[in-house]
Amino acid sequence: MATKPVERIDRVVIRFAGDSGDGMQLTGSWFTTETALLGNDLSTLPDFPAEIRAPAGSLPGVSGFQIHFADRDILTPGDAPNVLVAMNPAALKTNLKDLPNGATLIVNADAFTDRNLEKAGYAENPLEDASLDEYRVHRVPLTSLTIEALKDVDVTKREAERAKNMFALGLMSWLYHRPTDGTVEVIRRKFNGAIAEANERAFKAGWAYGETSEDFAVTYEVAPAKLRPGTYRNITGNQALALGLVAAGVQSKLPLFLGAYPITPASALLEDLARHKAFGIRTFQAEDEIAAVGASLGAAFGGALAVTTSSGPGIVLKMETIGLAIALELPLVIVDVQRAGPSTGMPTKPEQGDLLLALYGRNSESPVPVVAAATPSGCFDAAIEAARIALKYRTPVFLLSDAYLANGSEPWCLPEVGSLPDISTTFATEPNHDGDFWPYLRDPDTLAREWAIPGTPGLEHRIGGLEKEDGTGSISYDADNHDRMVRLRAAKVARVDVPPVHVDAEGGEELLVLGWGGTYGPIGAAVRRVREDGGKVAHAHLTHLNPFPPNLEEVLRAYPKVLVPEMNLGQLLQLVRSRFLVDAAGYNQVRGVPFRASELADAMRAML
Amino acid sequence: MSGNGKGSGNGHALLTMKDFKSDQEVRWCPGCGDYAVLAAVQSFMPELQFPRERIVFVSGIGCASRFPYYMETYGMHSIHGRAPAIATGLSVSRPDLSVWVVTGDGDALSIGGNHLIHALRRNVNLKILLFNNQIYGLTKGQYSPTSPLGTLNRTTPMGSLDWPFNPLSLALGAEATFVARSIDTDRKHLTEVLRRAANHKGAAFVEIYQNCNVYNDGAFDALREDKTNTNRIPLEHGRPVRFGAEGERGVVQRPDGTLEIVDVAAVGEEALLVHDEKLEHPSLAFSLTRLAHTPTGPTPIGVFRDVQRPVYDELMAQQLERAKAEKGEGNLHSLLHSGDTWVVRE
Repeated sequence: MATKPVERIDRVVIRFAGDSGDGMQLTGSWFTTETALLGNDLSTLPDFPAEIRAPAGSLPGVSGFQIHFADRDILTPGDAPNVLVAMNPAALKTNLKDLPNGATLIVNADAFTDRNLEKAGYAENPLEDASLDEYRVHRVPLTSLTIEALKDVDVTKREAERAKNMFALGLMSWLYHRPTDGTVEVIRRKFNGAIAEANERAFKAGWAYGETSEDFAVTYEVAPAKLRPGTYRNITGNQALALGLVAAGVQSKLPLFLGAYPITPASALLEDLARHKAFGIRTFQAEDEIAAVGASLGAAFGGALAVTTSSGPGIVLKMETIGLAIALELPLVIVDVQRAGPSTGMPTKPEQGDLLLALYGRNSESPVPVVAAATPSGCFDAAIEAARIALKYRTPVFLLSDAYLANGSEPWCLPEVGSLPDISTTFATEPNHDGDFWPYLRDPDTLAREWAIPGTPGLEHRIGGLEKEDGTGSISYDADNHDRMVRLRAAKVARVDVPPVHVDAEGGEELLVLGWGGTYGPIGAAVRRVREDGGKVAHAHLTHLNPFPPNLEEVLRAYPKVLVPEMNLGQLLQLVRSRFLVDAAGYNQVRGVPFRASELADAMRAML
Repeated sequence: MSGNGKGSGNGHALLTMKDFKSDQEVRWCPGCGDYAVLAAVQSFMPELQFPRERIVFVSGIGCASRFPYYMETYGMHSIHGRAPAIATGLSVSRPDLSVWVVTGDGDALSIGGNHLIHALRRNVNLKILLFNNQIYGLTKGQYSPTSPLGTLNRTTPMGSLDWPFNPLSLALGAEATFVARSIDTDRKHLTEVLRRAANHKGAAFVEIYQNCNVYNDGAFDALREDKTNTNRIPLEHGRPVRFGAEGERGVVQRPDGTLEIVDVAAVGEEALLVHDEKLEHPSLAFSLTRLAHTPTGPTPIGVFRDVQRPVYDELMAQQLERAKAEKGEGNLHSLLHSGDTWVVRE
């Protein structure tokens, strides 16, 4: 379609930034869909404020969406954008620092009014002085062009103005040869009447502007990536986690019960699962975090696959009930979509600060298995794995995600349902001890107790938070019995079957980089960079934090140097050092943003 | 604690009180009012003609919360204040069960206040028995949220500063559909109230005045020892509200809606308030709860309110059915492939 010269590039990072009300998340996600349908590999990272609408034009109100796409497989949303689309001065100001010299800037020139400049803290208009000379700047009057394009559409001037994000989307779609049919279709689906027409026209006008404007001399093509054959869809971590929970319900043949209380960034899990009632899924929006986990535990007693979802500030409230679940030895999946803390912290920003909380944040000896998702699509498998462990060992299980995985997206090669693990379990139906039912008799292999649910005749029994006698489950304050029960609960968790950790190594490495959870992408990308320069580095990434993979000690001892990058002050580091007496070093950042591959690569090189 | 292996799935009509006694030794203080309540519940249960294996008692923490251990049903002794939340999850996911919550004044009204009001508001199908003894017994005698102002005890040597809750006023304010009060030692009255609660669809809230003979002995003597109805104001649906040995005292409604106790002879029988527990508007029931803030004088007992409202459990089950009817039984393959997909070929 384009008649201008075409430049082939292998990858590009684009960031859309504007006011919270400018529709940047929508623009970014539709651009992502176009990119996915074209067949590029991609990774996205939205970056939005916790406030729904901070004052218009202000610095805190800036919302951004970054997409990295390439003709080969990629692991991160990119360190720095090659292209910044800035809808106003505030968006320019907050994002410019991330832009390398020579990057492309597309700004909405209409928004650079005195008032907006002042709100963003600009004394001079940066479009008119020399401050942007290092960049390739396209000053596009997005607002007035949009209004002009919509002059025959029956919408108010304000409504016309609001369609400027579609103009920008059209322009970017033209510039990068994105397919447009899908976007037109979704515009018609999402909007009605004149608003739909306005958005469609703005989108097409943006495309046409690129084509005709002399400001844009070349277009760019990024060829499809060679991905594993299969059917793909683009997916965020939260979407994948919700689907994983649905799948866990299906694969366990149990009704899924989700008790939750709205909290950023985990609310989408409750919202998603509430839409899947046709699977027999019960979602319960509780009065608070405590009731959310309480209701889930009650449902677990009744034989449901019980789940509660939250983030750090909610998890701390749930800990009392999780302790009860440990004592009751009932299956329960606790999802913690980690965000920056302490306390309310930075609700929309990621952190890996809850690992030790999950492991130890309860009174007394109260062990739980901990699983962590490593990629957005990996949240699907992690959810099934957490449910598998919970059901097999009759225990609460933590599943750690984070705000980066939750909102970031990537193409996902859809699994065949037939290939998913069978995680079904059985309920007790018969007395298990001389005609009686002893609720705390254990399976000798797994140490799991039987799950006898109400409604089963003859197995009536009482369980509770008081210490129980081994076997019978009767209340017991006996010293030896308590010691035995503490050790049994610990042994049960310690013997959870966890697969060995895979080491990505080419041989001859002296340095092992050990990561966990949501840092997989940046660490993997950094390892590639170091190797491209001839550096030798091995990478192991943990998705099971308790118990650790059986080969972890051996892996750690095979390398003279171990580096543990974490988005906290060294929680896994502390665990491996104390557990294995390995002199590992940490690389830690707690900035509320994902690691940059470049800085991780530097940290690795420094240890070579 | 073991089950006795005696299945009750068939022939449950033959169950007796002893079928509901577990093998656990009851460990309340001698003379505690809880014994009487336990005996009343155990003797009433067979009458429910409900399979024993489908009955669940859930409790929190406190003396009363030991209750489930002594019932040969399914049961959970949970954590402080959380029983209504736990029972909610159990009840809504298992509508085939009869779920009972046993709680106390500290458990339900202090640490668990939030869960109680929301279970009532949602009208979850729970039978909530609140043993009110106006004291923390298990922790050895601190004042509770129902203790009268000025209560002298271990944490309030100069008298408590807290104005107490009126549990029934609170329940009504929380949109409860069934609200009743009874007395631990009055087996007949308590059994009748339990029967009514069990038959109620939705959340039933029953306050039971229960004597703690160790830390708060005699708190309810004005009613417990009241054989002549000097202080007990029995509420009976459709009947004038009157009490006293000869029914010589009664309740009338003032023009402003509040209630007042009068001599029947002075006002005439026709002036007496006729109790109507079915009133949609809870204000009259609320006024009845305000006749006595702490039970040292004339105090209504019986069913204050019994109305029908959609039950949370049923509403949720209906949504699941509707979703299946509209969309068909969930199909995982279709769900995974929904949205924009594309195919990468060899």
